[in-house]
Amino acid sequence: MLPVDAFTSLAGEAPALLPPLITFGGSVNWTVGFLTTAAIFAIAALALNVQWGYTGTINFGVVAFFGVGAYTSALLTLDAPGEFESYVGGLELAIPIGWVGGMVAGGVLALLVGLPTLRLRDDFLAIATIGIATILRSIANAQEGLVNRARGLNGIPRPLEGFANDMGVDYDLVLLVLTSGVLLMVFLVVRGATASPWGRVLRAIRENEATAQSVGKMTTSYRIQSFVLGGALMGLAGAIFAHRIGTIAPDSFDNLTTFLVWTMVIVGGSGNNRGVMLGALVVGFVWFGLPLIQEELPDFLGTRVFMLRRIAIGLLIIAFVLTRPQGLLGEEPRVSRFAPRGDGGGGLWPTGLWSRIRGQPGGGAA
Amino acid sequence: MDILQLVIVGMVVGSIIGLGAMGLTLTFGVLKFANFAHADLMTLGMYLAFFVIVDVGIVGGHVGPFSFGWGMIPAVLFAWGGVAAFTVGVDRFVFRPLRRRETDFLSIGIASLGVAIALQAVVQAIWGSAPLRYHSEIHRALTFAGGLKIKPDQILIIGLTLAMAVALYLLLHRTRLGTAMRATSDNAPLAEASGIDTERVRIATWVIASAMTAVAGVMFALQSQLRFDAGFEFLLLPMFAAVILGGIGNPWGALVGGLIVGISQELSTEWINTGFKPGVPFLLLILILIVRPRGLFGSETQWST
Repeated sequence: MLPVDAFTSLAGEAPALLPPLITFGGSVNWTVGFLTTAAIFAIAALALNVQWGYTGTINFGVVAFFGVGAYTSALLTLDAPGEFESYVGGLELAIPIGWVGGMVAGGVLALLVGLPTLRLRDDFLAIATIGIATILRSIANAQEGLVNRARGLNGIPRPLEGFANDMGVDYDLVLLVLTSGVLLMVFLVVRGATASPWGRVLRAIRENEATAQSVGKMTTSYRIQSFVLGGALMGLAGAIFAHRIGTIAPDSFDNLTTFLVWTMVIVGGSGNNRGVMLGALVVGFVWFGLPLIQEELPDFLGTRVFMLRRIAIGLLIIAFVLTRPQGLLGEEPRVSRFAPRGDGGGGLWPTGLWSRIRGQPGGGAA
Repeated sequence: MDILQLVIVGMVVGSIIGLGAMGLTLTFGVLKFANFAHADLMTLGMYLAFFVIVDVGIVGGHVGPFSFGWGMIPAVLFAWGGVAAFTVGVDRFVFRPLRRRETDFLSIGIASLGVAIALQAVVQAIWGSAPLRYHSEIHRALTFAGGLKIKPDQILIIGLTLAMAVALYLLLHRTRLGTAMRATSDNAPLAEASGIDTERVRIATWVIASAMTAVAGVMFALQSQLRFDAGFEFLLLPMFAAVILGGIGNPWGALVGGLIVGISQELSTEWINTGFKPGVPFLLLILILIVRPRGLFGSETQWST
C-alpha cells in the first residue's frame, strides 16, 4: 500500500521509504494519490498565474499563503485543544467553512504584504516576499499557545470521510474527485476573471504599466486585487492540503513548495491557465516520481534522490527561461472573444504578449 | 550591560550581512537584477573553504588566538576563485543570453532563483545535510572590563569587513576599472558609447563581488556553522534588507544597512522571543520601503530605474 503518506511531506525529505510499485494495485493507489496532490498544486499554480502570469507580480512566498490557509482551516475545524496541546481556535466548524476561512486568511495576508510593496518596483515585492514564509514559520515554532508550536496540529478532520464509509467506496478516490471538483471551480473562476475586462487591465499592467495608467487605470489597486485573489486561492490550496494529510507542522511548509509551484508555472506556461495545470502535472510527476526509481539508480544518485530532484527543478527553471520562456503552452494572443484573432500582427494586439518580459519580437504564443 | 553585549554580537552579525550585501549591491547596481542566488553563492564559498581545510586537510596549525590556522588563507582564496569561476560561468551561459535578448530584468531574477535551488542541492549532495565546522576545538572568548565577551574571530570579522569596504571604496573611486563600473551602473548604453567594454566590466564585477561573497560566507561559518540551507533561511532577506536600506548600488550604504540589520536583529532578543528574530529585517525592509524606498543613501535615479 502506498497511501497518502508518500505525499505528506510535499517538499521535504521525510518519505524516504517508498514501497515498490510492482503491483497493479500499488500503481493505481500511487496514481490516485499523485493526481490528488497534483490537483492541489494546480490550484496554487493557477493562483500564482493570476499574480505572475497575468499581472507580472513576483511572489516568492507562495508557501506562506499556502501555510496560512492550511493552519486557518485546521484551527477552525479541529476539536478544542487537548491536555498536552495548546493552540487557538479548535472551533469544530464544518470543513467547508474552514476552507473559506483559509481563503480569507490567504487574502488578508496578501493585502498586508501587498499594500506597502505593490506600488514600488517589481523586484521589491519579490524581495519582500522571500521573508514571509521563514518569519511565519519561526513564529509558529516559537509562540506558545498559538498553533501548538513544532508539535504541530494533529487529527485535522478529513472531508467526506463518513460519506465514503457509508457508500463503501475507496476514500482516496472520493478525495480525488472532491479535489478535482474544487480545481475545476478554481479554474473556471480564474479563467472567467482573467478573460474579463478586469483581466485585460492586468495584462495591460504587465505589458506596460505607464500606458495602463495613461488610460486612467488605477494600476496599484488592480495589482493589489490580483495579488489578493492569488493569495486567497493559495490559501484554499493549503486548506485542502491540511485536511488531506491530517497533520501539519511548521516544517511542512518550507520554501521548496514555493519553488515547486514556480517551476510548474514557468514550465507549463505563464499566462495560460491550462498550461499551468499541465505544468503541475508534468513537474509534479518529475518531483514525486523521481523517488520511485531510487532503487534503479546507481548508489551515488539513489541516496541523493531528494537532492537530485531539486537540482532537476532548478535546471528546469533555467532551461525554460532560456529556451522556451513561454512554457509548454504559451499564452494565447487574444484580446477578447469578440476580437479577431491570428491575423498576422495587424490586429488589436500590436506587440505580442510578454514581449516586455521575454524580449521576443512578435506573438507570444508558440 | 547585556545590551552592550548584544550590540557587539549585532556588530559581528551585521558585518557578515553587510559584507555579503556589499557584493549583492554591486551586482544589483551594475547588472541591474536582483540576484536571488547570492546567498547560496555565500554557501558555496563557505563549503569550498571547508573543502580545502578539512577534505584536503590544509590546516596550518593555529594562528594566534584565532580558531583557525594558516590553511584559512589558501582556503579563502580557493573559495573566492571557485565562486568567481561559478558566477562568471553562470553569467556567460544564463544571464548574458537573457541580457542580450533584452528581456525584463525580472526573468533574469527568476533564472537566478533556478540557479539558487540547484546550487543549494548540489552543495547538500556533496557535503551532506548535517551542519559542519572548520575546526572542532573550543574557541575561547576574551573578557573585557565589565564582563563583555568577544571572540578573537569576531574581532577579525569586524576588522576584515571594514578593510574590505575601504579596499572596495578605493577600487571604485581610484581606479579606471572602478570608474568604468560606476559608469556602467549609472548608464550602460552611455558607458558603451564612450568606449567602455561593458561586458568585461560585468565580468570584473562578478569577480570582485565574489571576493566579498566568499569571505562573508566563510565568516558566517566561523560565527555559526556551515549549513547548506543558510541561504534562504538566514542570509538572503537580511542582505536584501541591507541593500535596500543603503540604496541599491551603494556599497557603503549596504555596509551601514547590514550593521543596522544585524544590531537591531540581536537587540530585539532583549524584548521579544528569540524565535521572532527573523522578522526584524523584514520589518526594517517594509519600513524603509514605506518611508524612503530609495534607501538611506540612495539617489533618486537609482530608485526610479
